[in-house]
Amino acid sequence: MFEPRIVCFFCKWCTYAGADLAGTSRKQYPPNGVVVRLNCSGRLDPQHVLWAFREGADGVLIGGCHPGDCHYQDGNYKTMRRAAFLKRVLSDMGIEPERLHLEWISAAEGDKLVNIMGEFVDRVRDLGPLELAHAGGRGNGGAKPADKPAATKKTAAAPESAKGAEKPAARKS
Amino acid sequence: MEERIGVFVCHCGSNIAGVVDVKRVAEELGKYPGVAYSTDYTYMCSDPGQTMVKEAIKEHNLSGVIVAACSPTLHEATFRRAGRAAGVNPYQVEIANIREQCSWVHQSDKEAATEKAIKIIKTMVEKARLDEALDPIAVPMTHKALVVGGGIAGIQAALDIANAGYETILVEKGPSIGGHMAQLSETFPTLDCSQCIMTPKMVEVAQHPRVKMMTYSEIEDVSGYVGNFKVKIRKKAAYLDRDICNGCGLCMEKCPAKTPSEFDEGLADRKAIYTPFPQAVPNKPVLDREHCLYFTNDGKCGVCKKICPVQCVDYEQEDEIIEDEVGAIVVATGYDLYPIENLGEYGGGKYPDVITSLQFERMLSASGPTEGEVKRPSDGKVPETVVFLTCCGSRDPEAHMPYCSKVCCMYLTKHAMLYKHKVHDGQAYVFYIDVRTAGKGYEEFYTRAAEEDDVLYLRGKVSKIFQEDGKVVVWGADTLSGKKVEIEADMAVLGLATVPNAAARELANMLKIHTDEWGFLAEAHPKLRPVESLAPGFYLAGAAQGPKDIPEAVAQASGAASKVAHLFAEEEYHREPIIAWIDEDTCAGCRVCVSVCPYDAAEFDDEKGIAVIKEAICEGCGACIAACPSASAQQRNLTDEQVYRMVSAALEG
Repeated sequence: MFEPRIVCFFCKWCTYAGADLAGTSRKQYPPNGVVVRLNCSGRLDPQHVLWAFREGADGVLIGGCHPGDCHYQDGNYKTMRRAAFLKRVLSDMGIEPERLHLEWISAAEGDKLVNIMGEFVDRVRDLGPLELAHAGGRGNGGAKPADKPAATKKTAAAPESAKGAEKPAARKS
Repeated sequence: MEERIGVFVCHCGSNIAGVVDVKRVAEELGKYPGVAYSTDYTYMCSDPGQTMVKEAIKEHNLSGVIVAACSPTLHEATFRRAGRAAGVNPYQVEIANIREQCSWVHQSDKEAATEKAIKIIKTMVEKARLDEALDPIAVPMTHKALVVGGGIAGIQAALDIANAGYETILVEKGPSIGGHMAQLSETFPTLDCSQCIMTPKMVEVAQHPRVKMMTYSEIEDVSGYVGNFKVKIRKKAAYLDRDICNGCGLCMEKCPAKTPSEFDEGLADRKAIYTPFPQAVPNKPVLDREHCLYFTNDGKCGVCKKICPVQCVDYEQEDEIIEDEVGAIVVATGYDLYPIENLGEYGGGKYPDVITSLQFERMLSASGPTEGEVKRPSDGKVPETVVFLTCCGSRDPEAHMPYCSKVCCMYLTKHAMLYKHKVHDGQAYVFYIDVRTAGKGYEEFYTRAAEEDDVLYLRGKVSKIFQEDGKVVVWGADTLSGKKVEIEADMAVLGLATVPNAAARELANMLKIHTDEWGFLAEAHPKLRPVESLAPGFYLAGAAQGPKDIPEAVAQASGAASKVAHLFAEEEYHREPIIAWIDEDTCAGCRVCVSVCPYDAAEFDDEKGIAVIKEAICEGCGACIAACPSASAQQRNLTDEQVYRMVSAALEG
């Protein structure tokens, strides 16, 4: 069976804590997603999502606080607009917009996280592997964006741009 | 410089190692670029575990540390301290969460869990690779606390903070402090009179030189952050100057307008100008505009104004907004009873002789509407048979609240006992699911009620109550004998579930502090941080956090106060340095960051023509970073480059 690869961008106040609660409650869900913890869903740059798809993600799940509950006042509203915008961009790029999902999950909603994770994995599994028309998906060995100022200005270590090239293009299935 | 990262994989006993192949994880990570050392250990957070981390840092000259263990909310601080002790900057120590978000949630698929653990750790290695050494940002702190809620928890917290030497504002929405405890008759298991132990505390807090007590006031707005909150408090119009009022009570005596008393739970009336109870603190009335004849009848009354000897009544008074600054906030907003209206099977409040537990407290109180005599509301008759029901709305996941309200078993036992003390030949029945008596002296108290006071305990739930021919008919079951029970009683007392105060829910939203799904305030850690909110600077006390009895509420309040004192022991507050910065070379001065910053921390520097971040104000939300079109705004130790690398690592393999 095809096992989709999923990147989860969770805000640390609500959804990340909700995921921790699912853990302390020993609720079980599929292991397809790996979480990147952000201070706020509003920290998420649309480019992070595009990068995830470029790097071989079959789906991206964004989790933030419920409207009105943002720890930083209104970061989640910004995310809501960005997600709507991103879905259009994805669609234009030939990526099914359903591969991106935004959900409000509070720190108390461990159950909801478990349900959403299960549903999203199923949905992406139904969509099948993401095949990017231009590059053939993961393992294309493409360089990371070279113009990221953080990479060049603030860090001594240059990105290992060829790292991906060694990885086989075949999917785990 | 080549990074030298150490990876420390914790077994957490079998919590992680029982699912994740920790040896394989440590081995795999040892081969990962930039990882200079990788190992595993049973309990990394234990003293030997921490020592192992410290020694490895020195021995392998590590530049960064990943501890793959439980959630960072638990031990990030622990390992950052360990890292610092061994010479690694605390902000170059990271936690990979392979317990809550891996081993505990993928228990049936060990292979997949192991693969995922490896990916999770790799994402953190990628992050750590670019982590900078940072120092916390020291900001000035206001050494003054705000306590919201003037019940026993709020009073205790305010007293303890003030006695520790700090100024404290105590805000109470009602006209008097005292909360529900002031309504109670006698308290279990000692049967000391609630008012006798409560009122001295009320007076003490009101007279404390470091406590500014604000009754009839509500929190309007809170902004800022720990150490530096700005609060707006709405001082509601009392329509009299409470500073001038001498509390003589003439106005209350002469006021012609009556309405059911909230304090007496509707069993007696109060006037439109009133103090909730005779021992109120402050003992000065407020005027309830909704029921005042002057306001409802075109200014035709005005008796209070005419009679007031110090002329303090002022019908033109308006709400006042008081602004202040505090460094810490204790939330002690208390509880309400679950609405009786929701219990249709027990009449939903339409039978006068089916009353709530708080109504019965008022009836038992020597200063209550019946002066302590048990008289049923419909006809004032002394009831010969009273049925007490536990779990009215509690422990009922299908229809009502699933949780145990914790105090009902005990107070209904007390009720039954006090009823028997007052009506010696009366019969008291208690219906129960389980009698829960976990507390010092509680089991003995229950035994005393059953054995010495002949309270009859029936194990079972009541299916229906109705009033017929002057009797309260109770249909229930005794599950021990397996028989149906029908009792023709004179009165029934419902032990209604404890729910969070309705206004407290709105307040929690405004303060942006977490609640659980029922609206009880969520503690930072269910076991180890029970008096703190996850939101820094907020502390929790009393039944607002969950059902609890008086000693627990007092203990938690003192705990919260000691946390506040701990915070205030430092001159400055040290903030997390995970904030935004602007690359001056690439910023085009478009001001998008200025427009999206919720804190006005990003501002435009006219001289340089670019944006700058005010470090003391930036909260690190990252809104400016996501919005910046040239990627000139970045977050310390969570740069876009770090996010890209983490994403790539998450998708590897």
